[in-house]
Amino acid sequence: MPSKGPLGDDDLRPVPFRGGGFHHVPLAYLSPLVFVGLIAIWELGSRTGWISSIALPAPSAAFAAFLDLIETGMLWQHLRASLLRLVVGWTLGTALGIGVGLAIALFSVLRAGLAPVVAALFPVPKIALLPLFIVWFGIGEGSKVATILFGAFFPTVIATYSGVDNVDRGLIRMGQSFGLSWASIVRKIIVPGAMPAILAGFRISVSISIVLLVAAEMIGARFGIGAYILTAGALFAVEQLIAGVAMLSVIGLAISWLIGRAEKRFLDWRG
Amino acid sequence: MELIVQGVSHRYGPTEVLDDISFTVGDGEIVAIIGPSGCGKSTLLRLVGGLERPGEGAVLMRGAPPDRSLNPLTYVFQDFALLPWRTVEGNVSLVLEDHALPAAERRAVIDDVLERTRLAEFKKALPRQLSGGMKQRVAIARALAVRPAVMLMDEPLSALDSQTRELLLDDLLELWLRERFSACYVTHNLAEAVRLGHRIVVLSRRPGRIRELVRIDIPLGERGPTTPELAQLQQELWQLLRDEALAADRELADAV
Ligand SMILES: Nc1ncnc2c1ncn2[C@@H]1O[C@H](COP(=O)(O)OP(=O)(O)O)[C@@H](O)[C@H]1O
Ligand SMILES: [Mg+2]
Repeated sequence: MPSKGPLGDDDLRPVPFRGGGFHHVPLAYLSPLVFVGLIAIWELGSRTGWISSIALPAPSAAFAAFLDLIETGMLWQHLRASLLRLVVGWTLGTALGIGVGLAIALFSVLRAGLAPVVAALFPVPKIALLPLFIVWFGIGEGSKVATILFGAFFPTVIATYSGVDNVDRGLIRMGQSFGLSWASIVRKIIVPGAMPAILAGFRISVSISIVLLVAAEMIGARFGIGAYILTAGALFAVEQLIAGVAMLSVIGLAISWLIGRAEKRFLDWRG
Repeated sequence: MELIVQGVSHRYGPTEVLDDISFTVGDGEIVAIIGPSGCGKSTLLRLVGGLERPGEGAVLMRGAPPDRSLNPLTYVFQDFALLPWRTVEGNVSLVLEDHALPAAERRAVIDDVLERTRLAEFKKALPRQLSGGMKQRVAIARALAVRPAVMLMDEPLSALDSQTRELLLDDLLELWLRERFSACYVTHNLAEAVRLGHRIVVLSRRPGRIRELVRIDIPLGERGPTTPELAQLQQELWQLLRDEALAADRELADAV
């Protein structure tokens, strides 16, 4: 039997709400909580013997290994070696990549000539070329930096030229219609317009660079986080291994945070 | 300065878009160009401003552009074409930066055109913060900054809602009464054409040919949204365009 509604009509009922879900609610406090919770469970599992300390050391053990690294002064040596390779290799690779990407995007001759070459070399895992780089640049820093450089170069080229291709043609036409010089159109319209794609490419090239860094350091380096992890693994010093992996994760997070800042700074116009 | 379009024809591959178009835009005159969609109005405007070369015919200028004109033929685009990463002020500045102006003079020009388009207080705003009507006023300010001899306006009000369109139409009228700019004003909106045009070029469906050249003798300042002669004229133009529009509508399907 229909109930009497507040207005006194028969059969009065609210429209059912169907619009919930499917949208993103920011819950900033949740992710640190999950982190802390996972580590706490892990620690607890190790202490109660539920997780074997041979298979997976307790977080506290890994942290002790990390403190050890600080005390012996080795942390700085490893970190400096790794960061230097990463920064030099990635910066050079990215700078060259943006340059070549712009050139490919702007000049038809270069596009026809170079784009297929880039497409052919992009999917080759650069670590496979390390032996070649060792022959070319020596067993020292040169070959490691070159591996990272090439790893960062190709995704940046592709991100840059597809970013330029996606710049609104209407804006370029506007620039021409006001008689702007070619250089002004490139600098003030094309480059800023391609910036979102270039910065998105940074995220990819950074993670590729970190992978290559560790791989190159594992193949032949005395210092560096990759070398540290490799040594730890060879000695079955699992807590050192975990400490090394955690450092990589922190480096990755720090760089991702920096890129986020750069996006805020350069892309704030997107709102 | 006078702009003369002389026997312009144009085709894209097998598609004939414009056929033998001739008209002139006199000093201080607004020529409205109307026609069904797809008849080649935007193409015509690109040819007129030198963004593309006509297949046949020529677009000529006679006489000197106004004093210190930096860009005699200046476009106002339907989609505004503002750089989203530059502020209102920065967007106007963009078109001055390639010219050797002292910084103080450039700033003065920017302030002046923003004042004239009632945008002074939005100098620092980014395009995404502005309404459609305000964006188009920025584009008009940018055009004024280079002191054009002829403004080439491609459906400048078509992306706006009807109230905003009415307001901006009044702005344009007021601007013309003050500055007597010349313009080629492309629109598919007959009401805009009869309010702003000293003369109206009526194009046929594609390939665009001139069907009619209408002169309106009522001064711009005396035209209003309800002026009876204009309503009458608009009705006549609609009769003229109706069949073209209907036919164009049917043809579009196989053209695409
Ligand atoms: N760059 C181009 N290449 C090929 N065809 C085009 C190009 N620009 C316009 N056209 C064609 O020319 C015709 C006229 O287009 P347009 O000038 O935009 O018409 P309008 O502005 O009157 O609607 C359309 O059929 C369109 O498809
Ligand atoms: Mg058009």
